[in-house]
Amino acid sequence: METDSMNSTTIPERMNIDRTRWSYLDCVLKKGGPFTDPEAVFGDGVISRIESAKILVIGAGGLGCEILKNLALSGFKDIHVIDMDTIDVSNLNRQFLFRESDVGKSKAECAAAFVERRVKGVKITPYNCKIQDKDESFYSQFSLVVSGLDSIEARRWINAMLVDMVDAEDPESLKPIIDGGTEGFKGQARVILPTISACYECQLDMHVPRQAVPLCTLATIPRQPQHCIEWAHIIAWEEHRKGTVLDTDDPEHVTWLYQKALTRAEEFNIIGVTYSLTQGVVKNIIPAIASTNAIIAASCSNEALKIMTGCNPFMDNYMQYSGDSGIYTYTFNFAKKDDCPVCGNLARDMQVNPKLTLEDFIASLSERAESQLKKPSIRKAGKSLYMQFPASLEEQTRPNLMKKMSELVEDGEEIAVADAALSIPFRYIIRYS
Amino acid sequence: MLKIWSMKQQQQQATKAEGGTKKKKVTAAQLRAQKDLSELALSSTMRTEFADPDDILNFILWIEPDEGMYKHGKFGFTFNINENFPHDPPKVKCRHKIYHPNIDLEGNVCLNILREDWKPILNLSSVIFGLQFLFLEPNASDPLNKEAAEDLRTNREAFKRNVKNSMVGGYVKSEKFDNVIP
Repeated sequence: METDSMNSTTIPERMNIDRTRWSYLDCVLKKGGPFTDPEAVFGDGVISRIESAKILVIGAGGLGCEILKNLALSGFKDIHVIDMDTIDVSNLNRQFLFRESDVGKSKAECAAAFVERRVKGVKITPYNCKIQDKDESFYSQFSLVVSGLDSIEARRWINAMLVDMVDAEDPESLKPIIDGGTEGFKGQARVILPTISACYECQLDMHVPRQAVPLCTLATIPRQPQHCIEWAHIIAWEEHRKGTVLDTDDPEHVTWLYQKALTRAEEFNIIGVTYSLTQGVVKNIIPAIASTNAIIAASCSNEALKIMTGCNPFMDNYMQYSGDSGIYTYTFNFAKKDDCPVCGNLARDMQVNPKLTLEDFIASLSERAESQLKKPSIRKAGKSLYMQFPASLEEQTRPNLMKKMSELVEDGEEIAVADAALSIPFRYIIRYS
Repeated sequence: MLKIWSMKQQQQQATKAEGGTKKKKVTAAQLRAQKDLSELALSSTMRTEFADPDDILNFILWIEPDEGMYKHGKFGFTFNINENFPHDPPKVKCRHKIYHPNIDLEGNVCLNILREDWKPILNLSSVIFGLQFLFLEPNASDPLNKEAAEDLRTNREAFKRNVKNSMVGGYVKSEKFDNVIP
């Protein structure tokens, strides 16, 4: 690893580096085209901007491997990658930065080392941890975040984090998110400009929850091998192994489910229950397709390059791709939702007298013109301050009404106010005068 | 990148987000659960119970039907909401072994909006009223307890008697049920 590139603001002897590898890229970086941003600057300036930009890649799996490779080959030189996962043998068919000898090792570390070996001059810093282990000060060091995640929960978390980090006074606080996702032959790429364009949460209800079979079908009239497996998974396990937490990575547990499902399938004359199908159904595995990952990752990396350089307009703002019957893509502007719980109501500062009781504070809230609250319920992270409904919760939180605000909320803490009159809860950051 | 910032400025946001290090935030799932609870208008036949009032994602709902075959019983359901809410539905289980065509002996509940028909636009209120409805109108066509459904379909009077016997902790056929009379 080259140590002289540690400081992201200095460019390590770029002029001496042979740019033949990037000669095609330089065609778009050294001169403009018909769609180039009129404000874009070309030549060495833009090249050094790419080289000094600190970029975070979230996920070093199927999409992450592709994204890391693409970004490194696009000339980014200060890439950071975060992934909590270790390499499994089943990853090796598509996660091409890993080899058999890497099984069991950290994805972030192996991917970083591999790309550094293959693309000279790039520095990749791995973080073998959960995104939730890092705080605002960590995320604020990057110019751009590219995510190749496989979970909704993680996406919601990073989205909320980056939306909340936006400070209207500070241009640097706004970090574009480029989010890629794939499922089998389908995928999507989107560009999120936190607080400016639709955020992940704005788009949440567009997800089709995974198709589920009615419980009574599983219990009484299974028709497919999957029904027998789901039955073993949901009903038989609870019945026979109550108290044991099902671990879908434990071969003994999966074998048990497989045998239960097999017996049930025989009972109903259903064929097709296998061990690997059992594994697939209980772990909700949708086979990953390498080419889908490649297409989506290419789109994400392309957007990263365009946003950083202005060489072409970037995506506005959602591209969906489907490759299961022919090839289809459609790009559209996903509208920002006014009542989005994350970006529709950004947390606002509220000056509060720390000696005020919670009861008086609630009364003062109702007087505020913007809110016109009827019966506000107030919480902070992990604590109910006062809930007006349901009745039992009201009773349990009533003693807090007499407490002083300073006893309940620390200076700078966020509270959420929900009320029947509000389509989404208001969030305030309490500041004591 | 500069262009993005000018877009931001053009927006002329009336409100202003504050920078600096912030404390722990309320998660989107919790915000939604708070909103759902703050709008929950429970009838006198229903009551919630929170083991920890600070944890609004886990609670028990008690239903005491005031009409129908399950009148006089008191039924508890465990609600478990995860951080994927409202993308994922709440997980709901009956806390007792009861004789009901749509609830099995383990407490699994067959209610469409808890599984195949769940949508993020539905809320806790929809689920709670769905559960109450199961006691007013047990449904023989979506059986989870096959015997109970069969009884309901073939002999409604016998089914009613079985419900009565089961609710006081008695036997139906060879199965003993929990006493749910408070």
